[in-house]
Formats: sequence, structure tokens, C-alpha cells
Amino acid sequence: MIQHLIDGVLTGAIISLGAIGLTMVMHILRFANFAYAELLAIGAYAALVFDALFAALVPALAVKFAPLTLTGTLALATLVAMGVAGLSALVLDRLVFRRIRDRAGPLSMVFASFGVALIIRNLIVLAFGLHPQLYSPDIAFAVVLSFDPLVLIKPDQVFVLVAALALMLGFHLVLTRTTFGFALRAVAENPSLAQVNGVNLSAMIAAVWLIGGALAAAAGVFYALTNQLNPMIGHVFLLPVFAATIVGGIGSVYGAVAGGFIVGIASGLSLMVLPSGYTPAMPFLIILAVLLIRPQGLFGEAES
Amino acid sequence: MLGLISYLAFFATMAGILAIVVLGLNLHWGYTGLFNGGVVAFFGMGAYGAMILGGRPEEGLLGGFGLPFPLAFAGGVLLAAALAWLVGILTLRLRHDYLAIATFGVAVALESVARNAEWLTGGARGRRGFPRPFEGWTDDPLLWGLMFLGLVALVLALVWWGLERLVNSPYGRALRAIREDETAARALGKNPARLRLQAFVIGSAIMGAGGALYVAWTAFISPQDLAPVLTFQVWAMLIVGGAGNNRGALLGAGLIWAAWTASGFALSRFAPTDWQLYAGSIQYILIGAVIVGMLLWRPQGLLPERISTRLSTPQPRPNSGG
Repeated sequence: MIQHLIDGVLTGAIISLGAIGLTMVMHILRFANFAYAELLAIGAYAALVFDALFAALVPALAVKFAPLTLTGTLALATLVAMGVAGLSALVLDRLVFRRIRDRAGPLSMVFASFGVALIIRNLIVLAFGLHPQLYSPDIAFAVVLSFDPLVLIKPDQVFVLVAALALMLGFHLVLTRTTFGFALRAVAENPSLAQVNGVNLSAMIAAVWLIGGALAAAAGVFYALTNQLNPMIGHVFLLPVFAATIVGGIGSVYGAVAGGFIVGIASGLSLMVLPSGYTPAMPFLIILAVLLIRPQGLFGEAES
Repeated sequence: MLGLISYLAFFATMAGILAIVVLGLNLHWGYTGLFNGGVVAFFGMGAYGAMILGGRPEEGLLGGFGLPFPLAFAGGVLLAAALAWLVGILTLRLRHDYLAIATFGVAVALESVARNAEWLTGGARGRRGFPRPFEGWTDDPLLWGLMFLGLVALVLALVWWGLERLVNSPYGRALRAIREDETAARALGKNPARLRLQAFVIGSAIMGAGGALYVAWTAFISPQDLAPVLTFQVWAMLIVGGAGNNRGALLGAGLIWAAWTASGFALSRFAPTDWQLYAGSIQYILIGAVIVGMLLWRPQGLLPERISTRLSTPQPRPNSGG
């Protein structure tokens, strides 16, 4: 029970990070972006590439922060990967989504986002292969917190949880303490009204893609660090991040964070009653439950 | 020569089954503007439903009741419709993309049930053994294949005829009105939520019919058949052919299925051996590129929707292209 809860909280933190950008994009651009979860995969693999690159350039940095398996180069590579994924999100918008947005309805963008997701996922397969990979060949030993009931936790998991919470706190401070944050919230709440008041909408949309991509990349690296890298990361996280945005209410950043933890913990706890093969279906059941009880989500406003 | 005919019959049967599914999607997307992200779920529901009702009993598995084919077929169609009703009633009142997410979710959920509920679906092994229609009539596999192709063509023609009547009726105009301007349709006394739900259920039932035919043809179904790629293929068929035009849907089904089999053949024949593992990925990239490319450069498809502006004269009925 406690073990499932801990694992659920950790998965929840990763889903939350992934859902923050998605909920903003879904609210401002009014389309469900099925290519969004591929940003997690882009981030995770970009970190793999830059980790190797930095380790070759500056071997002194490739030292582990014991007891973590995280190295100095991976930490740096993660920051670069966040930039890479943010820029990828921006480029995809310019190349595909904005051009369709100008001409057709939001649902055409949903179609296109599926196509984009297929292309990205399989380009990753071609570039890196289908087999799972790890950032570090060293085995991360778990620490036994208690024997009865058996509770195991890896130092990396603690780090990931702390880092994810720190990123969310940082974004919260940006949203509540800076002019940029106010503008972002204004756009998220009412794009046309914000524009009337002098907020540059297209700059804000670009910022949302950059921030969302960066947070998604961090989520991807954190998942890969505590589990493994494989090209299906995007596919695996697609439904959970959507479930998080729906649970929290589309457009609500805090809702997405809460929703991520709810989905993660519920999926973790479901392992006590259901075989693990059913885990991929859990987010769908959560979505159905939310639509039945409170369709606008926890923090969302009811639509007329 | 016989080999060629036999292959063409095989190709046409699969293309025909897919064309039925594409026609179902055309009612969703083309005529009503509903986004179905889980085409494969309704196809799969029809397939597994028909298999469980009409298949041969297997040890340790529930079902395999061996019902006559028409009953098993109808059962699969009804199960697909029931699933659509459940998803639709929860989502169709809400933002448009909720349906997209929920239908995508139902496909993921159904695949995990198919993989794990071994007592019902046979798990990853799948279920096999289906008393196929016309099986007792002939021993010649080619003749049987042609007979089955005739059955598929018959169902396709019926679906085509029914849909053409539906979309050219006042009901079809009401669906398009909702797609174009929901508020205006509401002002004219139409109930958008109910009409959408009906169109969604009918379209999904048609997809289920495709699944039931598929299982009667192969006498085998496994979670492999529920892979998301089917959804993308069917979309590509509709987008390439032209949403909102049933002839476009048929054309797209033929073209994309031909392109898919041809690219698969070319990759298996000409790609280096160590690339064979990745042939599937290359095909996925191609299908993704087709979807994105069409949306960017020819969103109306090869045969665009034609809306008659003359309301006083009856609409010309296209001949059945079965």
C-alpha cells in the first residue's frame, strides 16, 4: 500500500510537469494536442545525446552525485534538453499548427497533431532503436525504508520528486510575481481581452510553447532517470497527461498539477486491486469518472 | 493467373472492409464534425463481439457460443453501438476535444482489456476458430474468397446506400448544420446533443460491422488487431479521399490501402536486412506525413465535399459504387 502510494506520488509529479504546458496550450489555442507527450520523449533523448557529448568534452563533470546516479553532465544535459524540447514545440507550431490554425478549425489541428506524433515517435525509433536505454549503466540501489511492510525507495526518486516540485514552485513564482506571469495568466483566462489590453498574443503563445516544452522535457528526463528510456514514452504518457488536464480543468495550471498527482496516485493504488496490465486503462476510467461527476474539472469553469 | 486473382480478391476484401470503416468515420467527421480518436476501438468491439458470440468454443474461455453468422454479426454491431453510446453520452455535450480524448482513451482501455482479460479474449494469444460464412458451400479457397468478397461488397453497398439516403435527407442537412453553426441549428429547433449522439452511434456501429466482417474473414482476432495504427490508416483514407464525400471515402480507402501494402512490400523486398525491424516505423512516418501533408496542402481531399445550393430541386443520387 505505502509502496504503491510512493510510486504513485512520483509518477504523479512527472505527469503534473507534463500536464502544465498541455493545459495552457489546450486552453489558449483550443485544441487537444496529441503530439504534446512526444515532447517528453524529445527531452529524454536530447538529454541522452547531450549527456554523452558533455561527458566526452569534459570528463571531469561525468561524476555521480552520490548516492544518485545523476551526474554533472546529465544535469547540464537536462537543462539543454529543456531548451531543445521548448524550441521543438515552437518549431512544430510554426511549421504545422499555426498554418492549419489560420485556415481550418481546431479539430483539424487535432488530426494534424496525431500525424506529428506518429512522425516524431518513429523518427526517434529510427534514430535510437526500439530497445530500452539507461542514462547510467550503474545499478541504482534502493534504500529499504521499512521491512514490514516492505517499502523501497531509490535516491533518484527522492531527487526527482524534489526537482519536480522545485520546477513547479518556480513556475508558480513566475506566474504570481512577474509582469510576464500576469500577462500569461491573462492570456490563459481570456485571450482576446488580454490582447485588447496590450498583451502580445503571439509572443505569449510562443512563451507557452517554450515553457510547456521545457517542463515536458524535464518530465521525460525524470521518468527516464527513474525508469528507462524508450521511444514509447510519449505514447505511454499521452493519456495520463490528458487525464490530468481534464481532472484539473482545462486551462488551470494548478488544476493540472493536482490532476497529475491524482492520476499518478490513483494509477499506483489501482495496482492493489487490478493486475498491472490494466494500468494503461486507469487514466481513461478517471476521465470517465470526472466527466460523469464534474465535467469542468476540479478548478475549471463550467462552459455555457 | 489464379494466384493473381486470388491476391486481388484478398486485397479487395481488406480494402472493402476498411472502406466500410471509412464510411462510418465519414459520418462522424465528414458530415457531423465529430472527432473519433479511437476508430480501432469500435472496429475491435465489433470484431471481438462477433468472435465471442459466433466463434467456436475454446477451453477455458467464456463465449464461443457458435451463433449463426448473421446473429454474431448483429451482436458485434450492437456492442460497438453500445460502446459509442456510453462514450458519447458522457462527452458530446462538452468541448469538442473531449470526444477526441475519450475516444482515444477507450481504444487504449479496450486494448488493455483484450490483452489482460484472458478468460474472455484469450489475452495476447487472441481467439481463433470462427465458422465462416459459406464455408460448407465449397472446398475451393479461391471460390470461397470470391464469395466472401461478394458478402463484403454487399455490406459495403448497403452501408453506402443507407448513408447516401441519410446524408441527403433533411436529417443529413441537420447534421451538417450542427457541424457548421451549432447556435443557428439550435435556433431552428434542432437538438445538437441528441443528433450528434445519434450520428456518433450510427457511425460507430458501421465501424463495428467492419470489425465483425474482418473476424469472419480471418477467423482470428488478437490485441495486435487493436493497435492504434488502424485508426491512423482510416483517418488518412478519409482525409486523402475527401471528408464529407462518400465517394472520396471509397477512393481514399483504395488508394491508401494500396499505398500501404505496396510500401510494405517494397520495404520487405528492397530494404537492407537490418532495416527490416524498422520497416513498420518507416510506414508509420509515411502515414503521419500523409495526414499532415494533406491537412497543410489539400485539406479538402482529392474529392471535396459538394454541397448543393439548389434547394428546390431534388439532389442527384450518385449510383452505388460498391
